[in-house]
Amino acid sequence: MKKISAVPIIYILFLMLPIYWLVNMSFKTTNEILGTFSLWPQEFTVANYVKIFTDSTWYTGYFNSLTYVGLNTVISVSVALPAAYAFSRFRFLGDKHLFFWLLTNRMAPPAVFALPFFQLYSAIELFDTPLAVALAHCLFNIPLAVWILEGFMSGVPKELDETAYVDGYPFWRFFIRIFLPTIAAGIGVACFFAFMFSWVELLLAKTLTSVAAKPIAATMTRTASTAGYELGLLAAAGTLTIIPGAFVIYFVRNYIAKGFALGRV
Amino acid sequence: MNKTTYQKAWFFVLPVVALVAFNALIPLMTVVNYSVQETFGDNVFFWEGVKWFEDVLNSERFHASLLRQLMFTGIILAIEIPLGVAIALTMPKKGPWVSVCLVFMAMPLLIPWNVVGAMWNIFALPDIGLLGHAINGMGIEYNFTRQPFAAWFTTVLMDVWHWTSLVVLLAYAGLRSIPEDYYQAAKIDGAKPWAVFLHIQLPKMKRVLTIAILLRFMDSFMIYTEPFVLTGGGPGNSTTFLSIDLVKVALGQFDLGPAAAMSLIYFLIVLLVCWVFYTLMMKDEDQ
Amino acid sequence: MSKITLKNLRHSYLSNPQSDDDWALKEMSVEWSDGGAYALLGPSGCGKTTLLNIISGLLTPTEGEVWFGDVEVSHLPADKRNIAQVFQFPVVYDTMTVYNNLAFPLRNRDVNESEIDWKVREIAAMLDLSDTLKKRASGLTADGKQKISLGRGLVRADVNAILFDEPLTVIDPHLKWILRSKLKELHQQIGNTMIYVTHDQTEALTFADQVVVMQEGEVVQIGTPVELFERPQHTFVGHFIGSPGMNVLACELDQGRPVYGGSAVETTGTVAVEDPSARLEIGIRPEFISFADQGIAVSVEKVSDAGRVNIVETRHGDDIIKLLVPDGGHVPSENAFLKFDPDHTQVYANAWMVS
Repeated sequence: MKKISAVPIIYILFLMLPIYWLVNMSFKTTNEILGTFSLWPQEFTVANYVKIFTDSTWYTGYFNSLTYVGLNTVISVSVALPAAYAFSRFRFLGDKHLFFWLLTNRMAPPAVFALPFFQLYSAIELFDTPLAVALAHCLFNIPLAVWILEGFMSGVPKELDETAYVDGYPFWRFFIRIFLPTIAAGIGVACFFAFMFSWVELLLAKTLTSVAAKPIAATMTRTASTAGYELGLLAAAGTLTIIPGAFVIYFVRNYIAKGFALGRV
Repeated sequence: MNKTTYQKAWFFVLPVVALVAFNALIPLMTVVNYSVQETFGDNVFFWEGVKWFEDVLNSERFHASLLRQLMFTGIILAIEIPLGVAIALTMPKKGPWVSVCLVFMAMPLLIPWNVVGAMWNIFALPDIGLLGHAINGMGIEYNFTRQPFAAWFTTVLMDVWHWTSLVVLLAYAGLRSIPEDYYQAAKIDGAKPWAVFLHIQLPKMKRVLTIAILLRFMDSFMIYTEPFVLTGGGPGNSTTFLSIDLVKVALGQFDLGPAAAMSLIYFLIVLLVCWVFYTLMMKDEDQ
Repeated sequence: MSKITLKNLRHSYLSNPQSDDDWALKEMSVEWSDGGAYALLGPSGCGKTTLLNIISGLLTPTEGEVWFGDVEVSHLPADKRNIAQVFQFPVVYDTMTVYNNLAFPLRNRDVNESEIDWKVREIAAMLDLSDTLKKRASGLTADGKQKISLGRGLVRADVNAILFDEPLTVIDPHLKWILRSKLKELHQQIGNTMIYVTHDQTEALTFADQVVVMQEGEVVQIGTPVELFERPQHTFVGHFIGSPGMNVLACELDQGRPVYGGSAVETTGTVAVEDPSARLEIGIRPEFISFADQGIAVSVEKVSDAGRVNIVETRHGDDIIKLLVPDGGHVPSENAFLKFDPDHTQVYANAWMVS
């Protein structure tokens, strides 16, 4: 193996420290957390994790989060695909303005939209459902997915489309059988970012849910405020929210650099 | 690429337009609607014109949180951009270490924002947190829940921890796209490392760095969850940034009119800065 | 300026090369005299760029030595070797003007500004870049950028050699010819050693006094364009140079004389092959075959018009034999006989020429 410079290692250590502290806390008892200061658990316990996996208010939180994140990823990417294709291949009335308008939504502060969203989704009776959060997250994830996919699609020569038409492929069959596999990497990158931004966002997710569809991160906030100082439990729940993200990064690690290389995030 | 004019392409973008418009236009209309009216509940509204806008623009509270916001964004940009570039420059170019670095560095980006806040809260607490304990251990009095400076320090450090990786990844991708020939030519021309950075690496990274600055500007300007969980905007109002202030007004006091006016002003500031930046960038690229 | 000597050079990109295939560059010893124009010719992946990078110092050879004149430079870095290199894709410093691009290598070496100015203007005039000195280098066309890359090499007074790595790849066809003549002209004007890597035989043969033909990491022949054409040392050279390439036909030996298709083939002497299991072939260029009243019986398969000559494809058994017939020359319609020119018929054992 080649030698590696010290700077990235120091940086990674800096990144890992707070995470380590969180994991460390999650294996401690409440008494130990509040009573002593120790670099690793003195009385190692998995009680916090057991509690999360057995108490339905906790684990349904995970389920809710993953449901709306998954829904949002599927909706965002699947509607973005034809749109990105249109932007990369055709010129049509208002195309440039439309593209810019889509991007401005990435700039909208969620705090601005929190209250109107609450009223809007209450009015159409979707309040407190995963679908409401999934749809709300489309606000910033669809523009992002369109932007990323358009970049990848522009890299595919138009001759591919033309050859397929000459060979007599109907459009949809060409699109699904030939075109989508060609930009598989781009779809991977788009899914990654849709997943990422939906998973980490909380302001809207919290505003649009109360009990039935409460995301895990919101359950944590409630614990912190109402159930007193259950830091161990909080730490364990936090640790568990890191895991899905870590998995996703591991699987798409080779695509990320490529997605970033296009300057499309 | 040569594009064909094809008006029916609108059908391809229709689902996107419908979904985004539903999420953007209706709430935006609601906000505009509130921003010009006064309500005392029960769906009774009175026309107020631009009164709320005047109130917000003249209020010291808004000025203070805008100023805090600008300071915060300025500080984190000044730290994260150079730091991110410096780390990207020292990253290995190939081999197994690349994946290791990428996976670890991307991790903070995928942690829910309130967990980031909670994690830093636990990490920085003076009695039980590693960071707080260490700083106090060095003889410096540190308590971010009581000292405004400590609160700022912790919030900035948290943001650097959270987002520098994004700059690293972007800068790294930009660096990797520079053909090896450039480095070889520079070597033959006898260029010193500083000259290589100035004349090759920096110009080639311009595009990705622009995007990095834009993204970091936008996202730090909208920051809400992490400082809210970490400090709750305190002590006092010392870390109350725009979004936190806005939510306090809108949901805490339920002052819909002023909150709506503030939202619009806020949104317009972000749009304006991005637009100016974008135009300057495009103009430079045309040259 | 000095002569370049490569002694027992070998290179592998692997840290622990085992078999023959692990070597990107097989053992070679070459000597290039001062002020010559050389070309490294071979197909993609034959190791010519590797060799070039070893000479310029971008790569350190696994084994062997590189000498510039009386100095061994094998372990010197690129900037200490006084080498200039022009790459396949133009390398210019985008943010600088053309003038600053040309001045860059001199400024890095702390040359004083008045000398830089004089030198830059001289080279710019030579390369027809004088009008563009004040422009941003990024705005130039590909051939302009390649000229800048070249110019950055030429401004330095101490350059031992200028290396070209397929420099015309991204140049428009009609400009290739102009830039090539410019290079030739510059070579005569300043007399630097120039080494030119290419896979295009026309570029190599028109540019160089001496061509080094490489294949699979091995130098197969070094010679003037005429030598490569008339006496290819290896069947690969016969194939690769000339259009169409040399005919290579399996043969046998009878008392030192080749026998093809049952009849003896005349050559300029007898040959001796020691290894009895060696693969024997005769090589003859299409230019040196003609129709005759007797000789090797063939059937005419195809005639294609190539301007001033016709390329005739004939068949003998399973072999295709090509020959050139001048435009208007007689081509028999079906069955015919071929005669090989004895002066230009060579015998090859295991692909290498035997004499």
